[in-house]
Amino acid sequence: MSLFFLSALVLPKIAWSAILPELILLAAPLVLLAVSALSARRLPTGVYAGGMGAAGLASLGASVWLWTQVTPHGAGTAVDGAIAVDGFSVLVMILVSSVVVLAALIGEGYLRREGIGGPEYYVLAMFSAAGAMLMASADDLVLIFLGLEIMSIALYVLAGLDARRQGSGEAAMKYFLLGAFSSAIFLYGIALVYGATGSTNLPQIADFLAHNVASSDGLLLAGMALLLVGFFFKIAAVPFHMWTPDVYQGSPTPVTGFMAAVAKAGGFAALLRVFFASFGLLRDDWQPVIWLVAVVTLLVGAVLALVQRDVKRMLAYSSINHAGFILVGLEAATTRGIAASLYYLFVYGFMVVGTFAVVTVIARRGDEAHDLGSYRGLAQRQPFLAAMLALLLLAQAGVPLTTGFLAKLYIISAAVEAHSYALAVIAMVSAAIAAFFYLRVVVLMYAGAKSGVGLPAPLAATGAGEGAGSGELSPVAAYGPGAASAAELEGDRPEASRPDGAGGGEGHGEPDAAGVPATIALAIALCAGFTLLFGIWAQPVVELARQATLLFH
Amino acid sequence: MLHAAYLMPLFPLAGFAVLAVFGRKIGNPLAGWLATGTVTASFAIALVTLAGMIGEPASHRSFVETLFTWIPVSALHVQVGFLIDPLSLVMVLFVTGVSAVIHWYSIGYMAHDEGYARFFVYLNLFVASMLILVMASNLVFTFVGWEGVGLCSYFLIAFWYDRPAAASAGKKAFIMNRVGDAGFLLAMFVLFNALHTLSIPAILAHLGDLSTGTATAAALLLFLAATGKSAQIPLFTWLPDAMEGPTPVSALIHAATMVTAGVYLMVRMSPLLHRATDVSEVIAIVGVATALVAATIASTQNDIKKVIAYSTVSQIGYMFLAVGVGAYTAAIFLMVAHAFYKSLLFLSAGSVIHGLHDEQDIKKMGGLRKFMPWTFAAFMAGWLAIAGVPPLSAFWAKGAVLVHAFSYDIGLWIVGAITAVFTAYYMGREFYIVFYGDERWRRLEVIKGDPHESPWVMRGPLVILSVLAAIGGLLDLPFHPHLDFLSSWLAPVVGSVSRHSSVGVGGEWALAITDSVLAVIGVTLAWRLWRVTADARHLEPAFLQRAWLVDETYDKIFARGGEALAGFLANVVEAKIIDGAVNGTASGLRWMGSGLRRIQTGYVRNYAIGIVLGLVAILAWMLVRAGV
Amino acid sequence: MTDVSGAWYLSLAAALFGIGAFGLLVRRNVLVMFMCVELMLNAANLTFVTFARMLNDIAGQAVVFFVLVVAAAEVVVGLAIIVAIFRRRREATADDLHILRG
Repeated sequence: MSLFFLSALVLPKIAWSAILPELILLAAPLVLLAVSALSARRLPTGVYAGGMGAAGLASLGASVWLWTQVTPHGAGTAVDGAIAVDGFSVLVMILVSSVVVLAALIGEGYLRREGIGGPEYYVLAMFSAAGAMLMASADDLVLIFLGLEIMSIALYVLAGLDARRQGSGEAAMKYFLLGAFSSAIFLYGIALVYGATGSTNLPQIADFLAHNVASSDGLLLAGMALLLVGFFFKIAAVPFHMWTPDVYQGSPTPVTGFMAAVAKAGGFAALLRVFFASFGLLRDDWQPVIWLVAVVTLLVGAVLALVQRDVKRMLAYSSINHAGFILVGLEAATTRGIAASLYYLFVYGFMVVGTFAVVTVIARRGDEAHDLGSYRGLAQRQPFLAAMLALLLLAQAGVPLTTGFLAKLYIISAAVEAHSYALAVIAMVSAAIAAFFYLRVVVLMYAGAKSGVGLPAPLAATGAGEGAGSGELSPVAAYGPGAASAAELEGDRPEASRPDGAGGGEGHGEPDAAGVPATIALAIALCAGFTLLFGIWAQPVVELARQATLLFH
Repeated sequence: MLHAAYLMPLFPLAGFAVLAVFGRKIGNPLAGWLATGTVTASFAIALVTLAGMIGEPASHRSFVETLFTWIPVSALHVQVGFLIDPLSLVMVLFVTGVSAVIHWYSIGYMAHDEGYARFFVYLNLFVASMLILVMASNLVFTFVGWEGVGLCSYFLIAFWYDRPAAASAGKKAFIMNRVGDAGFLLAMFVLFNALHTLSIPAILAHLGDLSTGTATAAALLLFLAATGKSAQIPLFTWLPDAMEGPTPVSALIHAATMVTAGVYLMVRMSPLLHRATDVSEVIAIVGVATALVAATIASTQNDIKKVIAYSTVSQIGYMFLAVGVGAYTAAIFLMVAHAFYKSLLFLSAGSVIHGLHDEQDIKKMGGLRKFMPWTFAAFMAGWLAIAGVPPLSAFWAKGAVLVHAFSYDIGLWIVGAITAVFTAYYMGREFYIVFYGDERWRRLEVIKGDPHESPWVMRGPLVILSVLAAIGGLLDLPFHPHLDFLSSWLAPVVGSVSRHSSVGVGGEWALAITDSVLAVIGVTLAWRLWRVTADARHLEPAFLQRAWLVDETYDKIFARGGEALAGFLANVVEAKIIDGAVNGTASGLRWMGSGLRRIQTGYVRNYAIGIVLGLVAILAWMLVRAGV
Repeated sequence: MTDVSGAWYLSLAAALFGIGAFGLLVRRNVLVMFMCVELMLNAANLTFVTFARMLNDIAGQAVVFFVLVVAAAEVVVGLAIIVAIFRRRREATADDLHILRG
């Protein structure tokens, strides 16, 4: 009887190699858990970090190998059409794998500093990364949902990893409740789309739409609306963004960086694939939605970041602003627009991980010194950190010779090519507003520094000398709002002082230099190096993103 | 041939990066030696490239080394690439060579400054930018270098930013250069609009597609850019003020290299000048006028560095005169020779300033030859070289310019010749006041005992530059066809557009003798008038001392002249409208931010409401689309 | 039984989904809010099954198993987070959590 069943059961042919990166990142944490459970004594955190780093490198290698397979042979599917193996998914895999390696480096330094043992951070991060990869390569809505959940559930726990800080638990709770809520909405959207098209498989949906052109089906469009909400939540688009600042601020800082890179990568990859590839024919229906959401996301992100005193919170709003930019590429709904979005996503991952790595170090033991005051005069105490942070923030602001500049350039030129002039202008305006709060941190770091320091004098000069004070070079004067003494830059304290007093009390004296763990320093240097190198030597990554989009399945 | 031009800017750039991050840790004097080393390495690569290039036939000496495409957007492909040909190689050689020597000198000069490491950070960045400017194969990339050197110049002029004069001098240089840069940008727009490319070889190859009007516009705009960077009329007043920077900076940036970038740009784009009409004449007239005006001012200044600064303006005027009359080789020849003797003069002046504890007023100096014999000898070499005394370098270089000016238009030659007398005179005046006469510095309180000669790290560069200033003329000798090394070397680049002088060999001899006589007249005048006395007010009219009142006039026209207008602009337009707009935007944004953040209550259910409202809105839109 | 058309099931599912969403908005207790989310997930499940039946397609029914597993995982993690935070309190009220705001 049972034999009969077995013979009747037709198992799908699975090309294991096509999902090798995911498999590595799913298997490695299981191994780490087993090792941790079976070893008689507590293992140092470096062991787990080594494991995670190795797994990240292995999955990076596997992704690169997949790239070499995809480039000559073209895109394909695996696992019975559930997985798309194309340039797009492989490029996101490369990004996520790289972030895994960086997260291992940063996590090691952080956990050692905080004295947190155990494999949890590493295990959860790898699961989460595997989920993001699954989202990017899934060719089926159900699989996207599974990837989303694998990614998110791990992130909920990661957000609450730091049990000693109240904010961490609160972040986990908020993220969890709202995340589960949005997942449910997303799932319901899948159900409606399934009902309308008879399939959850993306190519089959596209096929269905191609053969039923006139179907402005209420069911389908409602399903699409719900899917959009689910995606918008994950990528933190306004007005589904409200969890972002709280969660980014509350989570342990390395987790925040990881979350910003990986969750955005997974969410955006799936969003771009679903809407550009499957619902492409319905673009007249979804384009206006994306347009409006992009506009409010760009503006709200930039404006709210202006009034923050907590650097992590400011960066959270800045990430919302970045999400707006990536949406502009999708709104163009052209191959170039998608390539621009993908490029943005790719380079943003490195920028944001590097930035939060610096923030991790500056926060010191306890992970609490996030007030702007902690950054005052940093250049004098820690020139390396200050230089790296300045570079990464300038890149986020879109200053030439960095990847951030090119990313914004491609997005805006794609929007202009698609005749979305208004959107392009709004994007530029928001970038100008955003430049202010990035430069505010940079100026603060270099203000108050005396001569004899590495680089700072020109900036110091703008604040110090009588004549040079108004220097045309002063980024603040150049970009805008209000001329600035260093004191004013620090201004706009919130009306009510924070109850938790995170960093508010200290940071005004002359704090000693924070110790920089070697692993974190390496990660920071890698991110900054990537940002600068490929900002100057632009072609390789630009070409990568372009090819990836051409190899879209 | 070595195809590794990218290494040349890369070395100083790496030095910049390392010093910017670890400069303070590396410390004094190692940071200085490191910076010097990187520039010397670039010089070595330039020499190897030169050796390779000499082995090639003349027609194969030009190549473009494209590294990668920087901005590949639609039609605009900005390539990061280097155009290596005889012209850029000459520039690279003297830029790296002189830079290396001045870096070396700075190790001693800046030894006691607390900004020691920072100084070399900027200096290395400057050299990298200058090399990019010289070698770039694309105008956008050239512009990167152009702005880079401008930025470093600003940083270095305002290096002692706690001195108000330095800070405002930095600002002045910055503003005047912005005017010129606007010309550069507009020229790029014009050229891109007409030719759809900004690659220099492509532009020069397709000049035939340009209408004369477009070419004239582009050439004039580029010349505007050049007058800003090279301190020519009408944008020359920033250069004397730039002397607020440390003296090695004056020697490197404001004498030898950056300020000659405008001349280089003109020579590089010389086929464009030929396509345009009348631009060459404009350049020649502006150049010769600047040369004379600046020389007259230099004859009356009392600041040891300002004399040399005005002299620089005057000498660059000669170079533009050469460009205008189509003597491109002569312009480059004078540029190289000038780099030698002018940096020599600046470094000697720096040595004097160093020895007198930062005193710069020549009227408080005197009789220094006994105490600073090395400096004395070096300064004298520089003076005689710039004066055009045969057989020192300027005799040949300036002579080449004047021959071509004579052949082009005798009026230009006359003004140039008068300037030559002034040149010999003002430098001699300074020489005699500083090194002869009473020891007036004894009245200064800061100087205890006798002034000291500078240490060997500063004397070494003086010796090297003295030798170069003396024998620099060997680069390009007239009279014999096999001795004009520079002319035949540059012929593949500028030969086809150069104008050949119609002066025969006899005429050249006559002019050379005239030049010598003029130089001797100037030297003699200086000796007669300033050998003993330092106080001859009748020779220093206030009009000239105050630089033909140019600054005052600019002040009147642009600042006070339209006081009402300015007041209106400042108080109403600026304060109410512009500031109001800026501040209003800022406070508006802040107000919006503060308002918006109130929505961010911290309560989960409010966040959920946000999600639901968004959901309802999108759902409503979709259902409307569906026609429900 | 056979007379009940798919539309009824779909309407029921939509109502359940709405109740769940509404409950999440109005309730303060974290556990109840969490149950509301579960209700929404099950509304989606019901929709899947109904469509699968209407389309005569087994895939929609298979999805339900995946969703059940995901829901179980969410319960585990969610309850762990709730316990970790509210261990020392008598009530688990979401409004207690508003340190992070602005």
